Amino acid sequence: MDGSDLKKVAYYPGCALEGTGHAYNRSTKAVGKSLGLELVELENWNCCGAMEVKNVDPKIQTYLSARNLSIAEDMGFDKVMAPCNGCYHNLKKAEYDLANDPKSVEVNERISAKAGHDAYKPGKVETIHALDWIKKAVGEEELAKRVQNSLKGIKVANYYGCMYTRPRHIFPEKDKGPGTESTAKPHFMDDILAAAGAENVEFPLKTACCGGAHSLSDSDMSTKLVLNIIETAEACGAEVIATECPTCHTGLEMHQVRAEKVLGRKTNVKILYFTQLLGMALGLSASKVGVQENLSDSRAFLKEKGLG
Amino acid sequence: MPIHEKSLIRKENLVENENLVIDGVDVSGHWSTFITGRSLTDYNEAMEEEIAALPGGENIHRCWQCGSCTNACTVNAVNPEFNPRYWIYLIRLGMEEELLRDKDIIWQCVSCNKCTYACPRDVAPEGVMKATAHWLELKGHTPKSPSTEFDEEFSGQVIKTGKIEESRVIMNFFRRTEQPLAQPWLVALIKGLAFRFPVFYLMRMGMAVVRRPRTRNWAKSRRAINEYVQEVEAANRAAVGAKGGH
Repeated sequence: MDGSDLKKVAYYPGCALEGTGHAYNRSTKAVGKSLGLELVELENWNCCGAMEVKNVDPKIQTYLSARNLSIAEDMGFDKVMAPCNGCYHNLKKAEYDLANDPKSVEVNERISAKAGHDAYKPGKVETIHALDWIKKAVGEEELAKRVQNSLKGIKVANYYGCMYTRPRHIFPEKDKGPGTESTAKPHFMDDILAAAGAENVEFPLKTACCGGAHSLSDSDMSTKLVLNIIETAEACGAEVIATECPTCHTGLEMHQVRAEKVLGRKTNVKILYFTQLLGMALGLSASKVGVQENLSDSRAFLKEKGLG
Repeated sequence: MPIHEKSLIRKENLVENENLVIDGVDVSGHWSTFITGRSLTDYNEAMEEEIAALPGGENIHRCWQCGSCTNACTVNAVNPEFNPRYWIYLIRLGMEEELLRDKDIIWQCVSCNKCTYACPRDVAPEGVMKATAHWLELKGHTPKSPSTEFDEEFSGQVIKTGKIEESRVIMNFFRRTEQPLAQPWLVALIKGLAFRFPVFYLMRMGMAVVRRPRTRNWAKSRRAINEYVQEVEAANRAAVGAKGGH
């Protein structure tokens, strides 16, 4: 992936970024603008299927995701950027299934024909994450030069969640040696925030699960999983958990409150999207990156650190 | 003792004699613990095939019981009774009765895919868990789990309009599962947000409830997906020998 062709990419926000994850949407766009990168939103996109539709039938999810990829193709893009881990994962999975599973191809062609549009053929559009986008299009060196408000002295635990790295086979570009992302120990967010001056702590639960799929249907389980992540981050010395997925982010915020109300375990670590931290480092105000839209309140902390 | 033999030492399968002397040696109490004999005759030989026929269960036959899935499992770390390797073993042998002992927790798989990441045989245990939970429901062994209720509510909205609107999903889910919406922690969360008063954000959320987000020209896609869903549901029912609507 060459940096120059990432200056203008198709943008697939997805449903969560129009709802509970709006702060992520806002901060991603603001960071892009400030770095001179252009995002063109997919026209008339639909839900990728999230984590739920596959449990009704995985091939419906393949169709839903493939429809978005074909929109990107029709708009003349060969890259689509999805900041949400769920969307990113599903688009990647659709790409993989359509290249490797004849039954998925058959169902996708059948539903697409009935729906009145061309079926997406694999190999036309590459799905990238917001992390890939910023790291590849700008790079750490350039980022470091553009930082106006260093995150110096802020201890950050970078939390990637499940869907950014698992299962391995749908991410053929990962685990390819130096410069590529690792599925066992992802580091793109660490790299980006380090360039912005943050002090990343050694955090062993980078790819632990927050129980997001059962955030509401099995709340007690999710609360335990989230509490473990948050308490581990605190034990590692983190003041902030940086996130890159709206489901993880909302899950951490919700169950941080729930752990306090139900289990009486109060924790103080702040939860912010990595784009919010990066945006503030690039000189944007807290409201420009949507800090007020987070469910948890981190404004006092940011003030104290001289940000926003 | 291998995990799949743990049923042998379940309390009801052990006998102890309070007073027992054998050849002049006193073996009273736990010195005389025996495992009762057992003979299994009620294997459900169709179970593996039925689960393999449901979405996600396709590769169950590849398992060679290494245990990587359970070792990696997120839920197992919280609840040791949650054991994908053991369940795959039971399913492949057809030990339905043993499997049914755990029927109320199998749906708790959080789909983190750590098992699928770790599996050296491409069994995709996450899919097998979903297929098994689905099988239990289709067979009438368990009612619809909260997770299934959520999936159906969510998917129903996606199929209907092409997009979802989160607060509607949440409200309908609480209604479907007969839980009060005013959970104390949810109230605390919303109060906290309202207190900070991000007017634009709250207004936009409110607007989304009134004028739900939707994909334009979705009718044909909706019809095509619905036709496919009906086809799959009929195939799933046929695969497990279940009758009628689910």
